[in-house]
Amino acid sequence: MMPEQCPIDATDRRLIEATQGGLPLEPEPYQAVGDKIGLEGEEVERRLKRLLSIGVVRRIGLVPNHYALGYRANGMAVWDVADAQVSALGRRVGALDFVTHCYRRPRRLPDWPYNLFSMVHGKSRDEVEEKVARIAALLGEACRAQDLLYSEAILKKTGLRLGPREGG
Amino acid sequence: MDERLDNTDRAILNALQGGFPIVARPFAAVADELGLDEATLIERVQTLLDRGVASRFGPLFNAEAMGGAFTLAALAVPEDRFADVAALVNAHPEVAHNYRRGHDFNMWFVVACEQPERIAEVLREIERETGLPVIDLPKEEEFFLELKLTA
Repeated sequence: MMPEQCPIDATDRRLIEATQGGLPLEPEPYQAVGDKIGLEGEEVERRLKRLLSIGVVRRIGLVPNHYALGYRANGMAVWDVADAQVSALGRRVGALDFVTHCYRRPRRLPDWPYNLFSMVHGKSRDEVEEKVARIAALLGEACRAQDLLYSEAILKKTGLRLGPREGG
Repeated sequence: MDERLDNTDRAILNALQGGFPIVARPFAAVADELGLDEATLIERVQTLLDRGVASRFGPLFNAEAMGGAFTLAALAVPEDRFADVAALVNAHPEVAHNYRRGHDFNMWFVVACEQPERIAEVLREIERETGLPVIDLPKEEEFFLELKLTA
């Protein structure tokens, strides 16, 4: 089997490993990362810009904790949408300003009939349900069934961890 | 709203959700836009992290773009086994997030692997360890992904 084309080289991997726990909070964070892995600060900046442009880095910033910001209700609203319409409608649901994630996933019949997933955060369940009703209105008759799964506890939450490269 | 957040904290959270500049002194550049000084901004970010208002500061990586893979999986766990099954699932380093949700499928977890073929192996291991069938719901299309929360 051909190895998958990998858009990152060994130096990028070192950079990812050095920053996946976060950037140092100091005036020149990229230089500080470079000092740790033997690169000039400018090289760290150049590589991060490239990783951003190819989508390996989604963004650089502060990740807020929803709960601490008062967004205590988190609902995964799931929908069974006709296959012919799910992509077009999914784009419209994903563009709603209160939908933070929106994906199409496979159904697993008979237990799981839903193929469109949208994550809705609110300061209360009432607020989540008001937003979910707006999604339902947008989907209209293309939606044959729906459900809403509230988050009740975070059992585990770790960021992506890049481990040592397996097999060299 | 968390009343412990003052307007400066909120401005920082809103300004830093993405787009942290890639320049030699990025905190100075952001501080300038916010009308703060560099040292104050750094101290405030540290405090937001220490208080848990923000969970992390830095680049957010997309494992798939690195040749890795993700899936979302779910289990319907009998209530009296819930804690034991959570421990079995969470023991896998490939399980990045795990949430309890209100549904017959009450355990929802994300599996992230560098080798895409490893995903199926991890799910089989979880089925074997728990004796419960896993539903595997890999993303087939993504319609948007951006944090839009306002502090």
